[in-house]
Amino acid sequence: MTEFLQHLANGLSVGSIYALIALGYTMVYGVLKLINFAHGDVYMVGAFAGFYLAQVAGIGVYGVEASGGAQLLHAILVTLGAMAICGLLGYTIERFAYRPLRHRARLTSLITAIGVSLLLEYGFQLKPWITSPIEFPPGPTFRVFPTLVERVPLEGAERAVGVSLSNLDVYGLLVAVILMVVLQWIVYRTKFGTAMRAVSFDWQTAGLMGIPVNRVISWTFVLGSALAAAAGIIQATSRPKIEPLFGLMPGLKAFVAAVLGGIGSVPGAMVGGLVLGLAEEYVAGYTDSSYRDAIAFSVLILVLLVRPSGLFGRVTQEKV
Amino acid sequence: MRAWPVVKSFLPFLIGAPLFWVFGEWLPGAWNLIFLTVFVNIVLAVSLNVVNGFTGQFSLGHAGFMAVGAYTAAKITQSMEGVQLSFLPAYASDHVVFALALAASMATAALAGLLVGLPSLRLRGDYLAIVTLGFGEIIRSIIENMKALGQATGLSGLPPRTTMTWAGLCALGTIVMARRLATSTQGRALFAIRDDEVAAEAMGVDTTGYKVRAFVISSAFAGLGGALVAHAIMLCTPKMFTFVRSIEVVIMIVLGGLGSITGSVVAAVVLTVGLESLREFQSFRMVAYAFLLIVLMLTRPQGLFGTHELWDLRIFKKRRAPAPAGAKEAP
Amino acid sequence: MSAATLEVKQVTMRFGGLKALAEFDLTMMPGELVGLIGPNGAGKTTAFNAITGVYQPTEGDVLVAGERVNGLKPHQICVKGVARTFQNIRLFKQLSALDNVRIACHASCKAGFVDTLFQTAHHEDEERRILARAEEFLVVMGLGHRRDELSRNLPYGEQRRLEIARALATGPKVLCLDEPAAGMNSAEKVELMKLIRSIRDRFGLSILVIEHDMKLVMGVSERLIVLDHGVTIARGKPEEIRRNPKVIEAYLGDAYLEEKHMAVPAGGEAP
Repeated sequence: MTEFLQHLANGLSVGSIYALIALGYTMVYGVLKLINFAHGDVYMVGAFAGFYLAQVAGIGVYGVEASGGAQLLHAILVTLGAMAICGLLGYTIERFAYRPLRHRARLTSLITAIGVSLLLEYGFQLKPWITSPIEFPPGPTFRVFPTLVERVPLEGAERAVGVSLSNLDVYGLLVAVILMVVLQWIVYRTKFGTAMRAVSFDWQTAGLMGIPVNRVISWTFVLGSALAAAAGIIQATSRPKIEPLFGLMPGLKAFVAAVLGGIGSVPGAMVGGLVLGLAEEYVAGYTDSSYRDAIAFSVLILVLLVRPSGLFGRVTQEKV
Repeated sequence: MRAWPVVKSFLPFLIGAPLFWVFGEWLPGAWNLIFLTVFVNIVLAVSLNVVNGFTGQFSLGHAGFMAVGAYTAAKITQSMEGVQLSFLPAYASDHVVFALALAASMATAALAGLLVGLPSLRLRGDYLAIVTLGFGEIIRSIIENMKALGQATGLSGLPPRTTMTWAGLCALGTIVMARRLATSTQGRALFAIRDDEVAAEAMGVDTTGYKVRAFVISSAFAGLGGALVAHAIMLCTPKMFTFVRSIEVVIMIVLGGLGSITGSVVAAVVLTVGLESLREFQSFRMVAYAFLLIVLMLTRPQGLFGTHELWDLRIFKKRRAPAPAGAKEAP
Repeated sequence: MSAATLEVKQVTMRFGGLKALAEFDLTMMPGELVGLIGPNGAGKTTAFNAITGVYQPTEGDVLVAGERVNGLKPHQICVKGVARTFQNIRLFKQLSALDNVRIACHASCKAGFVDTLFQTAHHEDEERRILARAEEFLVVMGLGHRRDELSRNLPYGEQRRLEIARALATGPKVLCLDEPAAGMNSAEKVELMKLIRSIRDRFGLSILVIEHDMKLVMGVSERLIVLDHGVTIARGKPEEIRRNPKVIEAYLGDAYLEEKHMAVPAGGEAP
């Protein structure tokens, strides 16, 4: 039973990361019908952005000095900062790499997306050009993410049900949930959200109805990238080793999660992420954990064979 | 006689073999590996072009099939090392074994292609890319976990069987295969699928069946390429066949022009030789590739050759008989 | 059973809650020219798609030469003898006119991948046969001089004719033309009419035509079927259809009918 609950806790943590990243994939696919290959790398950039911000501000780099409340404040500021940086990154990518190709064959955009992804992954692996105030690019060896909030294991959970949890796990989950709720509100309760959904149905008609399609698409990228950045920071606080390729696997898995939930569907991405996280935890936990990565791909193949439109997706017929 | 055309079809290889052998002997040792790599890359690029260029299906899993072929061939040559076919001199015997190993590598890679292709090719373009990428990773992670295949350290000390002749013949074979395919009914069916799948289906083309067949052929040759690589550097590890390898091949065919065999060959030569100097600096090379891809898509997405071929040039076209009388027949 | 080339029996197409086609019936004999008309959105292309396998009929059966084909994939139905053109012209844009037609000969090619790879005599024979056949169809449609031209470079009218040539090359028993005259001027339409009739005469096919141009379709068809919102509202000879008030109402609305004193009182008979 303890093991079961432990996997539950871990699965939700991992799943919420996948969900946050998957949201970016799904929203972009919804409006542009493009798989943004570079999205996993935005998650990576988010973690590094947090890393550099903390360095520059001197937070957590030499150990945790501030008191509890200030810790949280610092962490929140760093997270928001990273989200802003990645939002800008997302905007830039869309504006200069994808928008010029919007009227061309989809394959062209796909190839460009691969190019952007490679650029981020290997650009970050180059030896540093500048060394002060930060070393950028970070280079291929891993860096250690600063401790923004001191890790406090939750004794209560340990004693009660034997599950080892820390405050970081709880905070991470909380932040993820808050962000998802906020996104849900944006998508379904604001004018922008309605505009975004209109564009995802039919961007030409949406444009004719007076919706500023380019702006909506740009903001979609900004939102998705910000969420990915938050995911990167949440992940980096519990697993502080970060390196330029560490976005690759989570990116692919988050894509699987988005497909599982139904690509283009916002609630689908959230559910898909959590389901995938739990599936991974349970299967890896009870069988051989060296095949952990293969689980996600097996889920992908299963979904595509059985129900390609995913859990919440629409089945669309091509008009002949 | 009816068998003559088949015999004739082997002619390019009979001519090519001695030419490649002479080339290999003449070439200074320092250039050896580069040209072997060029030939292998031609095999990989042209074979991937059959799926991505001819059929318009975007596959990112080429490296996985390379791995299957490489390990198959490696296991065979390793287990047959020291064994000699009694009626042949050692030299010939080794190469007969290698030929068998190559054939086996194509067979297993083709089988892998069938297993991957059957479920995946029902999917639309964007999905296929990720699924094939995923399969490539699954294959690699399976290999990394198998003791019999040396797990992460792989297989080493492989006999250096990849001579210039072998590499050249395989490259030639791949080009010949692609050319024959492109000028045939089956090839036209692939082009039709690329241009308009719905219309192709309506005109009697079994689109899924053909996509799978193209995928199987492409995987077989990828396996061949993998086997050649392993026996050129005498090593076979999972790290040699990551998705980065797949993407390198994709970059070649995108640069050359999706659908152009000539383009793939030229791009393979240009990129292999041109970026040879950056071999040591993996990151720089990949960043250069990344810029290349992005700039290419923004400025000239059809690549160097588009869908044109060397043999489309007018000087190569046979002079056609003038149009028959009544060609403009109208009701 | 009968010698009918095409039998469509009570075919219904439902998309979610929407009934795009309701209990559609059609029987065609060899050499018949039938027109399918109706206002936009009436379900005409849906009927085509249901017959050719692009959609699977929710209910009903489609038989080609007595054999049930609903449920088969489009390429299999093509082999059974149904060919079509598309409303929005779906040529293989990057291929030449000749290649477009050659692809239609694909299903009849008896040489396979192995023959191609080893360049067997069988392969050469089939290639020659297909080339000759394709060239013949190009000539029949007056496109012989365009054989090596890229299909996307052809003028519009020739593109439409190429699509018909391509469909013919599959050797069909039933030819379905979806708005073949769209975008043509009157002179071209007259030529097209003659062409369709000559195709029927020469090849003995059944031809089903969707058209909006009344003059053309009435001039070419021996009988008509009229759809409106998926429902068959009239069938018969062109002269009868021309005068049918339900048809006129579907196209022009009640106001026109009332003006002409032709409105059908609720539950009453047509004047």
